[in-house]
Amino acid sequence: MELGYNALLVLTGAGLLGFTGGATGTFLVLRKRALLSDAISHATLPGVALAFMAMVALGGEGRNLFGLMLGAALSAGIGLAVVQWLTGRTRLAEDAAIGAVLSVFFGAGVVLLTVIQTMTAGRQAGLEAFLLGSTAGMLRSEAEIIAAGGALCLLAVAGLRRLLVLAAFDPGYAESIGMNPRRIDAALMMLVLAVVVVGLKIVGLVLIVALLIIPPVAARFWTDRAGVMAVIAGLTGAAAGAGGALISALVPGVPTGPVIVLLAAGAFVLSMIFSPKRGVLAALARRRRWRAEVME
Amino acid sequence: MLMRTEPEDVSASPFAVRGLTVGYGGDPVVQGVDLTVPDGAMLAIIGPNGAGKSTLLKASLGLVPRMAGTATVFGQPVARQRARIAYVPQRASVDWDFPARAIDVVMMGLYRDLGLLRPVRARHLDRARDCLARVGMEDFASRQIGQLSGGQQQRVFLARALAQDAEVYLLDEPFAGVDAATEAAIIAVLKLLRDQGRTVVCVHHDLSTVRDYFTHVFLMNRTAVAQGPVAEAFTQETLQRAYGGRLAFAAG
Repeated sequence: MELGYNALLVLTGAGLLGFTGGATGTFLVLRKRALLSDAISHATLPGVALAFMAMVALGGEGRNLFGLMLGAALSAGIGLAVVQWLTGRTRLAEDAAIGAVLSVFFGAGVVLLTVIQTMTAGRQAGLEAFLLGSTAGMLRSEAEIIAAGGALCLLAVAGLRRLLVLAAFDPGYAESIGMNPRRIDAALMMLVLAVVVVGLKIVGLVLIVALLIIPPVAARFWTDRAGVMAVIAGLTGAAAGAGGALISALVPGVPTGPVIVLLAAGAFVLSMIFSPKRGVLAALARRRRWRAEVME
Repeated sequence: MLMRTEPEDVSASPFAVRGLTVGYGGDPVVQGVDLTVPDGAMLAIIGPNGAGKSTLLKASLGLVPRMAGTATVFGQPVARQRARIAYVPQRASVDWDFPARAIDVVMMGLYRDLGLLRPVRARHLDRARDCLARVGMEDFASRQIGQLSGGQQQRVFLARALAQDAEVYLLDEPFAGVDAATEAAIIAVLKLLRDQGRTVVCVHHDLSTVRDYFTHVFLMNRTAVAQGPVAEAFTQETLQRAYGGRLAFAAG
């Protein structure tokens, strides 16, 4: 089997994105706001559709990845702002606000996709790839955008790591030493939004949440340190991302997103069973030892 | 009538509050409070449940928004004096299942020095270990914080504040739900700080230990009731005013 330069580039991009997703997701999970990423990702769909329409209206093909990502980022940003507004200004709890935004934005996006299918202009084929992700027929420029975007996000996470840990563990203390937890939260949300937008094409908006959440919860089984957890989550995400891209490239017709998610979920199940401290087997062994001691 | 034996000069006070009013949408929970902590004092903030003691601290530090009033450290707004104060939040305010070891939490006290990117060096770790030793926790440095007892967790929080090497220590209920050994360890550390000329302010619950532990008291029940040296301000009469009829002979 021989991988061309393009395929290698796609693998690198998927791996980088996976690492960034796992590392970013670690802080999101520790901040106990994992579900917010679901609202962000689903809120990208109307933006993708509208960006496509806008580009077609301007005489383009409508499939420029950068343009679609821009639209995705804008509508995800609006979705995020609506969640914050609903939570802050009404009596709605955050989970209810997330549910409302997620379904409304996703519904609007699906309606827009249906409209696009009736359009004659533009090449709408392939737009559905943003739902479940695809690496088939990916352009070199697209893979480069994804790799560069993933790397940039990773740099930002590395630079902010101390603030992110502090704000997740003890926001009151963070404020007392002169950090601004609200601004740190906003930075974290921007990072999550960036990961979602960069990963849209590969993982798809329905499943990218899994790349942010599953690797961190798998990593939590292996360490008691936030920094180490972020690295393990990153490695898990990278392996799942690259592995998913590879399998999807080798087996025609298989979307990338679900494969990535299944690989990450496999890592989670193995961690849950075999973790030396928190795993199922370790708990069974502890119980057996305890019972033996009591029976004596 | 408010007892005032302390100087009114805010600029000389390591921690002073003027006209502080805080409300969470409804009636103010803290109303028009003036507090002047004398330099080198060890002061207890006392009052009944719901008197706004913790809120007073949090609002002074900017953790909850205030409707009116100022909080100063040596005459300057708190926001410009962060390096001179160390805050110990209530133990129950964080999730102790967080992936961190005792030493990691203490290292957070050095984040102001470390900034975003400066690497952690051996001398930083030494300083963190030294702070753990001061609260008798040197053997637990690598323990996950969730596996520590409540008293040990409280001592780790104190060690984090010590790592800041501040001049003013503000503690929110440091003795709540801790074992006797921890209480003794914490009060020894706090008295040592006071002997070094630092100022210590504690939100405190246990009226029976006020005379042994503190030099000054501040009694409040939404508004300020009395403040001054323990001998003058911690009396049957002031307690009666702060707690109403609920408390008969605590000041003994």
